[in-house]
Amino acid sequence: MPTLGTEQNPLLVAIVGSGPSGFYAAEALLKSGLTVKVDMLERLPTPFGLVRSGVAPDHQKLKQAIKLYEKIAHSPDFNLIANVTVGVDISVAQLCASHHAVIFACGAESDRKLGIPGEDLKGSYTATEFVGWYNGHPDYRDCVFDLSHAVAVIIGQGNVAADVGRILAKTVDALKHTDIAQHALDALAESKIKEIHIIGRRGPTQAKFTPKELREFGELPDCHSIVLPEDMILNPESEKELAEKNNIASKKIYDLFCAFSKCDIDHAKSRKCFFNFLMSPKELIGHERLEKIILEKNILSGASFQQSASATGETVELETGLLFRSIGYRGVPLTGVPFADNQGLIPNDKGRVLDSNANIVLQMYAAGWIKRGPSGIIGTNRACSVETVECLLHDLTRLDDGNKKAGADAVLSILNDKKHRYINYDEWQKIDAKEIERGKIKGKPREKYTSIRDMLSVID
Amino acid sequence: MTTIVTDNCKDCRFTDCVTVCPVACFHYDDEMLYIDPDVCIDCSACIPECPVQAIYEGDDIPEDKEIWVAINAEKAPNLPVCEEQMEPLPGAEERKTALGF
Repeated sequence: MPTLGTEQNPLLVAIVGSGPSGFYAAEALLKSGLTVKVDMLERLPTPFGLVRSGVAPDHQKLKQAIKLYEKIAHSPDFNLIANVTVGVDISVAQLCASHHAVIFACGAESDRKLGIPGEDLKGSYTATEFVGWYNGHPDYRDCVFDLSHAVAVIIGQGNVAADVGRILAKTVDALKHTDIAQHALDALAESKIKEIHIIGRRGPTQAKFTPKELREFGELPDCHSIVLPEDMILNPESEKELAEKNNIASKKIYDLFCAFSKCDIDHAKSRKCFFNFLMSPKELIGHERLEKIILEKNILSGASFQQSASATGETVELETGLLFRSIGYRGVPLTGVPFADNQGLIPNDKGRVLDSNANIVLQMYAAGWIKRGPSGIIGTNRACSVETVECLLHDLTRLDDGNKKAGADAVLSILNDKKHRYINYDEWQKIDAKEIERGKIKGKPREKYTSIRDMLSVID
Repeated sequence: MTTIVTDNCKDCRFTDCVTVCPVACFHYDDEMLYIDPDVCIDCSACIPECPVQAIYEGDDIPEDKEIWVAINAEKAPNLPVCEEQMEPLPGAEERKTALGF
């Protein structure tokens, strides 16, 4: 058998997931200098993962990362096999039989729970549901959020919490020329929300927003951002954190909060967004649905950069009918692939998947959020996927078991036998063109199809 | 919004930024890196990666660094793209220390 990665014996890699980490893994493989065929499997008929359905509609520039993914997808050695759920329509074992290696880049689709009483009351939701809903993700299109309350609460102080807060804080006029789903725009037009509380368990120097996301809260046309001046008084450990020269992002965040705390309230603006610190949700209370939240005040302890929040016992109540939790994400286990339940990801060493005894599972690799957890921004996944592909290429001799692999042909034959309707990249481009055309009439960059049936109707 | 590389990169060129750039918008010459503003999506992933804090975005650009907006825009499109991390320039570590990092 000729060496793996040559024209006579191309390296066949299946990538599960078509978000940033999947595409950066594909890019690294296709640029490796070896002869490689990449088959990318995607659960939905539409590619690009969280760039399509996670990045907020008012952040269109960030979505231009897709331009690079389109270039990668046009490589003759790249195949998109979309509308295929790995573990349902095709098994992991089948992929391992048809390909030399499988890279799992399927993200973290589930939320961390608060673990408090009342969490499942009507009115208490995950940020994932809300983000998926306004971005037109087919899984969340039928969600209904009651926006008739005056007060909304968001638990968590990362960029997803910021996105949720900002979409609630913006007027429909500020959103109508984005690619926000029409159903979300219609519902937000009726929103009665006047007050948004974004709550963090630690202090202003530990908030996880990027400065860019937080800065937008100072520039909202109809919402005033508020921080209490007393919340800006720091303990000595937090002061030390701010003084650290490499901690420039926290310094910028702190300065932005300071500016919010010093700003006079602009009564011409109809909405207010409060950033609350050192508080954790203790209980959600309501009869049929959420009526109020009990928050417990926290105190920080521990050395700088390792400070943790602990409850003081002092509580405050906040009346609210709408709560979103955004305290982190978890991967979803995939049959036939090891899973670390406590961390919510695939256990791995630099991307090489490990079994429960920490032994390397040959052929299996992980990249992106399912590899390292839900941290970083789009570009973070590039370095992450490059590391995984470096490991894979290093393992080349072990990946060749001497048997000829059928690659995409085997996958498509399994799907055809099941009469499963998969979608290739050309077909996605038809859906893409139609969405852009639908958007044009409304002055939007695109109007997404939000049901799989509608997506398929464009091409069938 | 614009994101730019400024003079701290000169004679360092650590290129840590390049590993997290989602759109390959960094270009290089013998001295330093430059960002092509027509390609950059202002995601700010590169900013915390720079060991000498040479990268600034939009509102954070200090007044005395504003000249670099035009320099990045002029130079980048005519220089090769830096797609992968390169060895820092000789003397980069010394310059980093001299810059106080």
